[in-house]
Amino acid sequence: MPEFGFSIKKPRSENLDVTAKAKYEELARRVPSFKRCFQCGCCSATCSARQFTDYNIRRLHTMFRRGNTEGLAEELRKCMLCGKCVLVCPRGVNLRQLIINMRKMLEEEKK
Amino acid sequence: MKKTAIIGAGPAGIEAASVLAGSGVEVLLFEKSETPLSNLKDKAFLFPDFSAASDMVSELEDKLLKDNITRCFGTEIVEIKWKGTEWQLVSGKSEAWYADSVLIATGYSTFDARRKEELGYGIYKGVVTSLEMEKMIREGNIVNGHGDMPKRIAFLQCVGSRDEKSGNHYCSKVCCVTAVKQAIEVRKQLPRTDLTVFYMDLRMWGQGFEEMYRTAQEKYGIDFIRGRISEAAATFDDRVQIKTEDTLLGMPLRTTVDLLVLMVGMEASAGTRTLGASCGIGGEYGFIKTISPHLYDNDTGKPGLFAAGTCKRPLSIWDSINDGRSAAIAIKDYLDTLP
Repeated sequence: MPEFGFSIKKPRSENLDVTAKAKYEELARRVPSFKRCFQCGCCSATCSARQFTDYNIRRLHTMFRRGNTEGLAEELRKCMLCGKCVLVCPRGVNLRQLIINMRKMLEEEKK
Repeated sequence: MKKTAIIGAGPAGIEAASVLAGSGVEVLLFEKSETPLSNLKDKAFLFPDFSAASDMVSELEDKLLKDNITRCFGTEIVEIKWKGTEWQLVSGKSEAWYADSVLIATGYSTFDARRKEELGYGIYKGVVTSLEMEKMIREGNIVNGHGDMPKRIAFLQCVGSRDEKSGNHYCSKVCCVTAVKQAIEVRKQLPRTDLTVFYMDLRMWGQGFEEMYRTAQEKYGIDFIRGRISEAAATFDDRVQIKTEDTLLGMPLRTTVDLLVLMVGMEASAGTRTLGASCGIGGEYGFIKTISPHLYDNDTGKPGLFAAGTCKRPLSIWDSINDGRSAAIAIKDYLDTLP
């Protein structure tokens, strides 16, 4: 078959039908306060890592919620677990537990 | 006895009728339908306490059992005219009544979702309005277009509200909390169905609303995604594919659902538009205009002519009842100034 140099591109939109909600549900089981997040962004605003890198914890845990964990393990290593996000969260989400558990789950997945 | 005509037997009109009758005013209560409270009767449960709408219907109907309330149901008033000392009300059948004052409480109608063609209402079976969802909840029979149990349901806010294209720039005020209420009700009936609410802002303005939203997330596992659904399309198996942008991630999303529920906004009813225009008190979007939203919110600026409830703007049921009561006081004050 001749090579024309064209290819079919995968759409860039996230398809919620195929994303496994199971991962999010497992995380919410481990850290129930996560269910209360209402996306205010206080966690990212106060984050020390956010001040010096493009590490964005609000975006990262939302990506996890939508089932997109590509490159997430690498990103989460930037967190120093200082816990300022836990202090500022108005909905009482235990972000430190959330980050530790996301790391664990991603580690478990690799095995 | 001084006489007041009230046009519209919804929550505002009935509350005003009850208060005025209780303070010795003769009330003529007009309603174009044969029975009162038709919008309220469409509801299953009321936010934020999930009390049954039917309980409120019977309580309000009881308020009408007063000697000096005359019910003129099945009568549509099409024109009201100031005759120098009193108001003349004319029905569609050209009958006439006279009263010292008039309260317009002609209410709202819901946005016709077919006007947002891109959302597929009236085209795809799986697209329904919030009114139809309320009916399914009331009947305990939540099904998709084929009569099957839906596995995934999406709610879309602001259909016909905050929308330049449909000419309604305003917020309809009650749809946000109604979607949260309906999602919780669906969850109670269908524990395994995936439920997502698509919103631009969640306006949880009333007492207990924010707590409902929190409970919806925490206890009922309902998802909230910020983004307006741009379009709906049918899939080969007659489900509904929707597209949106998750604006908090800056990422386009697509998904397929069995039911897409359009949270339709409130518009001025046909009766509100007719009477507003006929007395020169029609305001923006066909709602009735009052002198000031602060201190004179029931006064139209015409002698003895008042307005209450959703004929003025989108309001919740409790707002409407309070507004009916406040209108009754304004009317009583006015009647007391008459010889």
